[in-house]
Amino acid sequence: MSESREELLARLLDRATAVRAGVMVALNAAGSGHVGGSMSIADVLTVLYFHTMRYDPKNPRWPDRDRLVLSKGHANAALTPVLAEAGFYDKELVKTFNKLNSPFGMHPDMRKIPGCDMSTGALGHGLAVGVGMALGARLQNKGFRTYVIMGDGELNEGSIWESAMAAARFGLDNLVGIVDRNRFCLGSATEDTMPIEPLADKWRAFGWAVREIDGNDLAQVVDTFDAAPFVEGKPTLILAHTVKGKGFSRAEDRCDWHYQTVNEEVLEAALAELQAPGQRS
Amino acid sequence: MAATQTPTSQPTKSTRDGFGEALLEIGRANPNVVALTADTFTLSRIDMFAKEHPERTFDVGIAEQNLLGIAAGLASTGLEPYVTSYAPFLTARSLEQLRNDICYTGFNVKVCAVCGGIAISVGGSTHHAIDDLAFLRAIPNITVLVPADAVESYKLTKAMAQHPGPTYLRMGGRAPEPLLGIGDYPVEIGKASQLREGKDLTIIACGSLVLPSLRAAEALAGEGIEARVLSMHTIKPLDRDAIVKAAKETKRIVTAEEHNVHGGLGGAVAEVLAETVPVPMRMLGIKDVFATIGGLQELYDLYHLNTQGVLETVKAVLEA
Ligand SMILES: Cc1ncc(C[n+]2csc(CCOP(=O)(O)OP(=O)(O)O)c2C)c(N)n1
Repeated sequence: MSESREELLARLLDRATAVRAGVMVALNAAGSGHVGGSMSIADVLTVLYFHTMRYDPKNPRWPDRDRLVLSKGHANAALTPVLAEAGFYDKELVKTFNKLNSPFGMHPDMRKIPGCDMSTGALGHGLAVGVGMALGARLQNKGFRTYVIMGDGELNEGSIWESAMAAARFGLDNLVGIVDRNRFCLGSATEDTMPIEPLADKWRAFGWAVREIDGNDLAQVVDTFDAAPFVEGKPTLILAHTVKGKGFSRAEDRCDWHYQTVNEEVLEAALAELQAPGQRS
Repeated sequence: MAATQTPTSQPTKSTRDGFGEALLEIGRANPNVVALTADTFTLSRIDMFAKEHPERTFDVGIAEQNLLGIAAGLASTGLEPYVTSYAPFLTARSLEQLRNDICYTGFNVKVCAVCGGIAISVGGSTHHAIDDLAFLRAIPNITVLVPADAVESYKLTKAMAQHPGPTYLRMGGRAPEPLLGIGDYPVEIGKASQLREGKDLTIIACGSLVLPSLRAAEALAGEGIEARVLSMHTIKPLDRDAIVKAAKETKRIVTAEEHNVHGGLGGAVAEVLAETVPVPMRMLGIKDVFATIGGLQELYDLYHLNTQGVLETVKAVLEA
């Protein structure tokens, strides 16, 4: 029985809400952490893991699986509950986030986390690794796709643009880059720190097929991933306009929630908001 | 050998704050001082300088290689750049810019790193710098400084302003560190600061391991063992004379550092001893592993980077 579009979107909304709750639970266990950039990317991760990507939680290293590189590794508080929801490990483990000898720290470690395809944390590394994965797939006649999630501030790193050139040069239409355009880096707005606009034009000039979407609108995210690759022979870039801190009003669009304390009061407030149906837009 | 585990009620202050306060004074007195960062404005504490001198402060965004290259260019025009970011990104990430554009050229750039060692404990190995001293020890022309607390950080920052040439200052992380609280003593680039006299062995420590070394020496004194303690805040150029003197006078050496046991302070001291006075020596540090996740104090305890760890290392060298 195939799922209707309404059913699909309702299911994804439930997942996205659970993921956001998981972000807050993980960061509450940690005491503090990257709230803003984890919440902004929750919808993209949700669609990837519960609609788009092929993987097998019982066989995390399945060679034909689609790959995800969380190049903005500081959003590991979002990846951690996503992989739990996807069945790679027990959801209770999310509560060990940042605790002594936990598999889950501020940044993902592929040697410790089942389902994690790449260790990241230092910004600007992920796209190069994604290019290698996509090239590896093509050389070995494998059909898997590689998805790389980058921060907008992360695009200040020159290494990203070296990889952007390489992906176009090699015609990697099995590679999908996603930019989490939440408009902030660590200390301020990207356009006040080191401007990156006009961003879509930049990626186009580097040889990528680009689409701009509302990255917190599940329907748009679904349709965009379904449409990739947009152009045969070109790497795909999804410029996902998002709200930093999305889903927790206190944190939304606020630079000081890039990294914040998540005590019991904050956790309760966030969970209450996430469970209130009015917020599930 | 019962030892108390750090931390105690010791007053605290960030090494970052000591740096930031000194930079403010240096910048007031010297219009050539320029501060740069890569989206780590507040954490690196150049915010104090920036408030007074916004026209001499630059944030290049999250682009550390660019940061060091720009600093080299500024220095080539006679300015005195202080660049700040996280230790791993100023060294491992941008090592070639640091080596070629700053050290090879000999430009007067002060590379001021926060979050040295495992200060961002929960950040994992991408955010740890337990190899920075090893990298820099192998690069000619650079002075390498590791303050033990906020006071040393302040004094070393003031000293490096008077000390032209490439310099690396390795500071701690977000959480304020305990102050040594032992009163005023001279802190001079290139000279070990002797913090305690002793005749039975010498503990040579840097950074976060200086305070545990002092505590260990105190515990040892209770057992009639007199340990000399040196704060080796200058890893390069190393104070060979103080090391040779310690080896001759105390016959045994222990080193202690928040760094891989390979290539850091321990290695530097061993190189000196091997060629001069090869006395028994033991090294305390991280034993060539990528550290696990956990709170900073938990990791200090796990890797024995505490008073107990210094005492264990002392015991080993006394039995050697
Ligand atoms: C190479 C490197 N430099 C600096 C940092 C520290 N850092 C962590 S998150 C962050 C801001 C990232 O901004 P952005 O990419 O826009 O992420 P988001 O806003 O989505 O959280 C910085 C500077 C890092 N992790 N890696």
